[in-house]
Amino acid sequence: MKAAEVEEIQKKPKTRKTKSVEEEHPLEKWLRMDRMPHIWCSTCGIGTAVTCFIEAIKKTTLAREDICVVSGIGCSGRIAGYIKQDSFHTTHGRAIPFAVGLKLANPKLKVVVFSGDGDLSSIGGNHLIHTARRNLDITVLCINNFIYAMTGGQVAPTTPPTAIATTTPYGNYEHPFNLPALAAACGAVYVARWTALHVRRLTNSMAEALQKKGFSFVEIICPCTTLYARKNKLGSGLDLMKFYHDNSVIVNGADPREVDIQFQSEIKVGKFIDVDKPTYLDSYNTYMKTKLGDKFKPYGVTDEERQ
Amino acid sequence: MKYWRKPLDADRIKIPEGELHILRERCKGCAFCVEYCPKDVLELSHEFNSKGYHPPIVKNGAICVHCQLCEMLCPEFAIFCVLKNQKEPAHES
Ligand SMILES: Cc1ncc(C[n+]2csc(CCOP(=O)(O)OP(=O)(O)O)c2C)c(N)n1
Ligand code: SF4
Ligand code: SF4
Ligand code: SF4
Ligand SMILES: [Mg+2]
Repeated sequence: MKAAEVEEIQKKPKTRKTKSVEEEHPLEKWLRMDRMPHIWCSTCGIGTAVTCFIEAIKKTTLAREDICVVSGIGCSGRIAGYIKQDSFHTTHGRAIPFAVGLKLANPKLKVVVFSGDGDLSSIGGNHLIHTARRNLDITVLCINNFIYAMTGGQVAPTTPPTAIATTTPYGNYEHPFNLPALAAACGAVYVARWTALHVRRLTNSMAEALQKKGFSFVEIICPCTTLYARKNKLGSGLDLMKFYHDNSVIVNGADPREVDIQFQSEIKVGKFIDVDKPTYLDSYNTYMKTKLGDKFKPYGVTDEERQ
Repeated sequence: MKYWRKPLDADRIKIPEGELHILRERCKGCAFCVEYCPKDVLELSHEFNSKGYHPPIVKNGAICVHCQLCEMLCPEFAIFCVLKNQKEPAHES
């Protein structure tokens, strides 16, 4: 091509369509649009959970700049990269320790961990149990798609018995985790489970969890079409949504030990635990005060609040 | 609207009318919006977008009640509804 022709083309206004204002989706202000389209497959439910989370933030009185989102690695781990908040995409399994550091360094922040079942309960399992045990004031939102999706569908600690994964071609023979029971047993003060189809209730639960003082945990049962549904011949993510519609039962206040999930059987959803107890920093401040008296300066408390 | 028993707050209730906006190019054709719209307003089109998916089209926009369920369920941030009007319901008894 001649130089003059190239110049001619470069001079032409770009024909890329610019969006009219009416076409701007209301959530665009909350998302990193330069990263869109996101990587999630058609009929994956993670995007729906993101919408619920943003709507939940809007329901609270929390200032946007005070909320910080941390994810690990996985399809769900991409969330931190798409949400236009202060957010961190950490290494696999280490979202909670990163969040603990953030919270302890700046106790005024509302720190939210938004990640996957594998990331939080497998490689990151120890962090989950000890942060819940200490009742550190953070919120953990766990996308449970019953599988390690991003790496090709390996069996996860949440995979229901008999379900097929890449590493269990004859079906899963392990005993899975019941995540609400795990979180509750470790000391979480707020525990709920919804599916990606329960958008309104999930949003309300996320808003409650954000406003709860202490360790709050919300499990989101989420369709993974490309791996979990395909390996198990369950159709698409839409078919999984239909399955949730027909097979989930709301049992608020249920004993978390009784909400375990079997392969393609009833899914109990609801708010299971909502109790109050001193947070990690509250315990530290009150206990050290009894030991050191006036010499002790409470941590994470402003001078005004100390009065 | 026809009632078996007229609701006590019927005179205060207004029916919202929504106006749908579909970002065709962003859609991945999952049909969540089509499946769960309580008023059956949407259907998947036969045409493809440039990604090769069938985005939804508005089949009967006049009956959209602006519940925003389509907007909440869409995993692609590709559909939203704005409140256009609130109309008085026509009561029959
Ligand atoms: C230290 C380390 N080990 C293993 C991996 C590989 N890896 C990446 S994502 C992933 C599993 C993610 O599963 P989950 O948290 O359930 O997320 P999903 O993709 O299902 O949303 C694994 C094992 C890694 N990135 N880093
Ligand atoms: S592989 Fe599964 S979890 Fe990952 S984006 Fe696709 S459907 Fe979602
Ligand atoms: S706003 Fe509600 S009624 Fe209107 S199209 Fe969406 S889901 Fe249907
Ligand atoms: S829910 Fe969103 S992505 Fe799915 S078909 Fe409707 S507009 Fe497209
Ligand atoms: Mg997973």
